[in-house]
Amino acid sequence: MTTMTIAKAINEGLRATLSHNPKSLLMGEDIGPLGGVYRVTDGLIGEFGPDRVVDTPLAESGIIGTAIGLALRGYLPVAEIQFDGFVFPGFNQITTQLAKMHSRSNGNLTVPVVIRIPYGGGIGSIEHHSESPEALFAHTPGLRIITPSNPHDAYWMIQQAVNCQDPVIVFEPKRRYWLKGEVDTESAGSAEDPFKANVVREGTDATVVVYGPLVPVALAAANAAAEDGRSIEVIDLRSISPIDFDAIEASVKKTGRLVVAHEAPTFGGIGGEIAARISERAFLSLEAPVIRVGGFHMPYPVAKIEEDYLPDIDRILEALDRTFAY
Amino acid sequence: MGATHLPSTEFDGTELDDQLEAQAEAALGVPPTEMVQLLGPDGTLGTHSVFSEYVERLDAEKLRGFYADMAAIRRFDQEATALQRQGQLALWVPLTGQEAAQIGSGRASQPQDYIFPTYREHGVALTRNVDLAELLKQFRGVSNGGWNPKDTNFHLYTLVLAAQTPHAVGYAMGIQRDQRLAEAQGVEGSAEPKAAVMVYFGDGASSEGDVHESMVFASSYNAPVVFFCQNNHWAISVPTAVQTRIPLSNRAKGYGFPGIRVDGNDVIAVHAVTEWALEHARQGNGPVLIEAFTYRVGAHTTADDPTKYRESSEEALWREKDPLDRLEKYLRAEGMADEAFFAKVAAEGDELAAYIRKSTYASDAPDIRTAFANTYVEAHPLVAEELAWFEEYSAGFAGGDEGEGAGR
Repeated sequence: MTTMTIAKAINEGLRATLSHNPKSLLMGEDIGPLGGVYRVTDGLIGEFGPDRVVDTPLAESGIIGTAIGLALRGYLPVAEIQFDGFVFPGFNQITTQLAKMHSRSNGNLTVPVVIRIPYGGGIGSIEHHSESPEALFAHTPGLRIITPSNPHDAYWMIQQAVNCQDPVIVFEPKRRYWLKGEVDTESAGSAEDPFKANVVREGTDATVVVYGPLVPVALAAANAAAEDGRSIEVIDLRSISPIDFDAIEASVKKTGRLVVAHEAPTFGGIGGEIAARISERAFLSLEAPVIRVGGFHMPYPVAKIEEDYLPDIDRILEALDRTFAY
Repeated sequence: MGATHLPSTEFDGTELDDQLEAQAEAALGVPPTEMVQLLGPDGTLGTHSVFSEYVERLDAEKLRGFYADMAAIRRFDQEATALQRQGQLALWVPLTGQEAAQIGSGRASQPQDYIFPTYREHGVALTRNVDLAELLKQFRGVSNGGWNPKDTNFHLYTLVLAAQTPHAVGYAMGIQRDQRLAEAQGVEGSAEPKAAVMVYFGDGASSEGDVHESMVFASSYNAPVVFFCQNNHWAISVPTAVQTRIPLSNRAKGYGFPGIRVDGNDVIAVHAVTEWALEHARQGNGPVLIEAFTYRVGAHTTADDPTKYRESSEEALWREKDPLDRLEKYLRAEGMADEAFFAKVAAEGDELAAYIRKSTYASDAPDIRTAFANTYVEAHPLVAEELAWFEEYSAGFAGGDEGEGAGR
């Protein structure tokens, strides 16, 4: 067990990947000598050279598109998009090409590309640097989407993403890059299936489903609720596509109440999908409607008011109050 | 602020300009805006300071092969158009007029090269030994691909314009890495022949950002890729003049690699220029842009009507530059082919058409279970859940007969 930050854990995960698999390579803007704007690739170009850690031209479509070509040639590219809001110039390549190459080739071609995207708000940044576009990709068949919330997951999930034969987008919660935690780098057995959810806090009265940056928020809300005598179960989704509905269903059948929270706008978001599925699967177990907590239907607001936008402990507690009101 | 205030640490603009000009001239023997033409519309073969050497590699058999390929693909094109009119294909993308650009360039590639086409490269597909009946599956609506690119190194058609161009550059970057890995492992002069990538796109697609990004990447990494632009003058109804104010081949200079404009209706020139470009790329000298100056004689697809956007006199003018006619004149004049040869080619075309017709009729809808199976490589719970639902739902209709006819 070693203690490290999420940023360091991803760095170590990438280092392990580059060491173990000569066909893996990293590509993106400023990931070389600078080590990425969040220093996630710090030191890797020195160890592995510019063929394995490729500083690319400033061109997101080019980055994703050439990653697809490299994957077609048998390579395992890990492409970094510098910030969430900059993925859109590459959106066409991701949704019309990357997601569909296996299907349109009738299974003959595989494109095991990994795309890393720092996402989410709460860092006081400027426009296009705080968005949560995960639902736009989750809606696209052919992609897998995961998001770690702690260093141990971050270390293992990036490696598992590279080993997955399908394209995987890893949304990295940028405001948690400096969150420290224990990482078991020794035992491969300690790595959970990256597409399974984790129950990170057990409870009996209500379930809160969250992922990525909101996991610590939900845990704090659950602790606060405990002071009022409410036992809240918290599920860290980990995978946004596919979603581990079995884990959520099992929890709801125990607690009878469900709150889903994410930073992305509520409308059309992952929370709505979870609410609908759980209503189908466990309607008779629900004591109350599924309550969603999310961002408002507006472009991510300016930093000075982002605290009003982001779901926080109080917003989750308010949602719990509403579910207990039934 | 004048130029004197600009940073001077990168490079001297004038020097680079001269260098590129010299590089292009050295390759072409002429200024780069001039079009390379060897076989004129009258069927006479001219000379070129650089490319005549490549023509010397062609013997009568190869030239007859070019003709046979061009005739075969034109016949195939006619048959596919007819099949679309009969309702057997949802859409067809005719290539008539562009046979020389495609056969000339495709025949210049080697088996180890990898080709990324757009969606009109039926002639290139022929040169890569793709079963043309499989090529029609996409247009019949029974597949989004139809062939296995690994069999022929001919990638699937891409309908999103220019999206394949960065794939080509990435693939070429992979080739570079393969070579370096082999060298690092001490594989002396590796048994694998050196490979290059060729990517096709049109004058319309040249306006897409992906072409720009691809050329930046290709140049930055000196990737072994040949950009083959078929300037067929019309992006559906929009003329080339709306895409560019300069010859498209000139754009290469802005990226720092050679651009060549070639008469795209001259199969001999196209072949020579493409051989040169592919050798240039394979030898590690970086990318090349070829602009094949040609013309799409028919419609963009069977869905549009060229009479609405261009004069028939323009088509007539280009018909006079027909790529098949001029090679036929040359072959006959040089005594390389006789009447029997042309009769044989025509008969083979009819055979191909009959095969295509028969195969198309027999090409049936796939089972939707294959679509479930191919969405992901690895097991996926949502796909499994939806497939299970589908199986149960289908079984309800078939009276317990395992969902026969499901998905049809």
